[in-house]
Amino acid sequence: MFTTRRRVALRAATAIVAAGALVGGLTACAGTSGTPAPAESIPADGVDDGSTLTLWTRAPMERQAKLLVEAYNASHENQVELTVVPNDDYVAKVGAAAGSSGLPDLFAADIVYVPNWVQQGLFADISEQIDGLDYKDEINKGHLNAGTYDGAEHVLPFVLDLSMLMWNKDLFAEAGLDPEKAPATLAEFADAAKAIQDLGKDGVSGTSTGLNCGGCLVFTWFPSIWASGDPVMNPEGNEALLASETAKEVYSTWQDLEEYGAVAPGSAEETGATWVAGFQEGNVGIMPYPATLLSALEFDAGVAGIPGVDGGESTFVGGDGIGISKDSELSAQAWNFLAWMMSEDAQVDVLAKDGNAVSRSDLADNEYAATDPRLVKINEVAAQGDTPVALNFQQAYNAPGSPWITLVRNAVLGDGATVDADNDEITAVLSQ
Amino acid sequence: MAFTTTARTARRARARSPLGGPVQGWLYAAPTALFVVALFLIPLLLVLQMSGSDWPLLRGNLGWNFPDNYVEAVNHRLFWDSIWFTLKYTVITTVLLVGLGLGLALLVQESTMWKGFLRTSFLIPSALGLASASLLFYVLYSPFAGPFADLMQTWGFTFLGTPEGALWSTVFLIVWRYAGFYMLLMLVGLQGIPEDVFEAARIDGASRWQTFRDITLPLLRPTFALTIVLCVTGSLLAFDQFYILTKGGPDNSTMTIVQLIYNIAFQGQNNLGIAAALSVIVLLALIVINVVQLRAFNRPEEA
Repeated sequence: MFTTRRRVALRAATAIVAAGALVGGLTACAGTSGTPAPAESIPADGVDDGSTLTLWTRAPMERQAKLLVEAYNASHENQVELTVVPNDDYVAKVGAAAGSSGLPDLFAADIVYVPNWVQQGLFADISEQIDGLDYKDEINKGHLNAGTYDGAEHVLPFVLDLSMLMWNKDLFAEAGLDPEKAPATLAEFADAAKAIQDLGKDGVSGTSTGLNCGGCLVFTWFPSIWASGDPVMNPEGNEALLASETAKEVYSTWQDLEEYGAVAPGSAEETGATWVAGFQEGNVGIMPYPATLLSALEFDAGVAGIPGVDGGESTFVGGDGIGISKDSELSAQAWNFLAWMMSEDAQVDVLAKDGNAVSRSDLADNEYAATDPRLVKINEVAAQGDTPVALNFQQAYNAPGSPWITLVRNAVLGDGATVDADNDEITAVLSQ
Repeated sequence: MAFTTTARTARRARARSPLGGPVQGWLYAAPTALFVVALFLIPLLLVLQMSGSDWPLLRGNLGWNFPDNYVEAVNHRLFWDSIWFTLKYTVITTVLLVGLGLGLALLVQESTMWKGFLRTSFLIPSALGLASASLLFYVLYSPFAGPFADLMQTWGFTFLGTPEGALWSTVFLIVWRYAGFYMLLMLVGLQGIPEDVFEAARIDGASRWQTFRDITLPLLRPTFALTIVLCVTGSLLAFDQFYILTKGGPDNSTMTIVQLIYNIAFQGQNNLGIAAALSVIVLLALIVINVVQLRAFNRPEEA
């Protein structure tokens, strides 16, 4: 009897310790609070003395980051070691490193998280260096603003990723639509999607979206509201304005498309991992799509700004901003990389050459863009786009199960009666 | 004679050694004890400290704030929903896995011709990591890339698009992945029952059903205890499969408690303190559930 009890106790203790380790291991991230490193007196071009710099970026920017790092390493004494982190793990990795003062010298961040990360002191103040750039006024304003806190600048644009309306020209032609003419309004976009759906081709859908992916939805739907002349938040970023008549028109357009059956199956459950796959494979007619993926498309695609309800066009100027971390002891060398990254060499000969948007408006009309009118279009629309700034952006919009996802799902998959209440929920999170 | 000599030598050695007796015993246990302290106890203490502290992910420890995190954790809008879902998922998977495990074990125990082939077939999915298996099913279920994509488009059906669909699609993955493993545990239990008992039953004229009900099932009690404890603990801590397949969606309908902890810590709130408080609550619940289960299954035979 005694033995049995001891065994029970022993097994219970083992289970307790094992469970503790499992749960404990999940959240065991030690950390200490840190303060941003003060900007040193850094030469205008930084220091190129053969130091090894570390740089982190998230997976969606891998292609551009690799190109930039390879070009920099080939032309400089300093060498940059690039670490690419899966998108979903990036916040956790940066957070754990920030807490334990282990951030790399340079790191990029999704531009919508930048205001929060800057306020938390993760980036060093580089106002003096940015102010010293001759072309400062040409640098993308949205990205610069996102990294400005209390008048101090912390971040430069790393890679711009714009949401553009793209369509498959072959499918457009098959559906009797003009492949060279972009839909001018949201209604025309919906009509085009329905026309392609009406082809009745196996596995082909009119359009596609990610209805369980908050980041995809802000990236592709906010521009329709901006293009109509309405904001999505107040300037302070603590009040959502997503219950406006314009916003409701956007939701009802997608609701109509969903009911029509013109939205690719799987969009309702799409968490973001494969939200571009259908278009990439040529199975989706038209959709708002990331401009960074244009160069990887193997078919002829039309490109335009995302239309508003009654016309106009806009884009979400997303992508990543980059700064020197609070933990870097090589600030002068890290600035050398940043200064080079903003130069014509990097912007045109690396980024534009690969078909990317440039971060400086004075370089928008470059030799590579000139060979592909679509790139000129992207650079033009970038100037009309917007980058929303809010401290709690991630929690309100991008996080799984965010109130924004709830709003969209209720409005598009439900009856749309809860938009006002759901908008209040977003405001509640934004104003925390 | 030999034994006496050995015992004497050992006694002499112990007498000579300054580290004889209990000290020597502790030294043998020390490496393991160090591992336990470093890998289990320190993280556990850290979680306890974290759960009582204001600890944002990006800023580190800002000081003691007990019991604020616990209050916030319990008041989280998804706290009760995630507990309810986790319990529902646990009951479904435990019933299915233990039942199916036993059924498969009986099948491969009886069958002679296909025994080896069947055992291997059922066990193969267990060799695959859960994350890999989840990714595999993510593609299988995908309306874009999966093999059923065309079929789904024709019927307008989605695996993960509705709350019920997401739950049962995940349950199917787990049953596929673990049924063979539980079959193996049950098989070991079945083979541990002495053949004499069955023979005695046969001599007494017991039918196959009577033998199963009155002999096999009672004698499998320790095996049931093990499988149910493993299954319940594993299901209550379910994370990988939901993280990969549903991320807690659609509409937070498949939010398990550990997924909620992860979300609070790293996706949105970025608050390690509240996540740690929730972890401690889950830990306490697991202790209670495990102790109750073990007590229930370890009652003396005569009770």
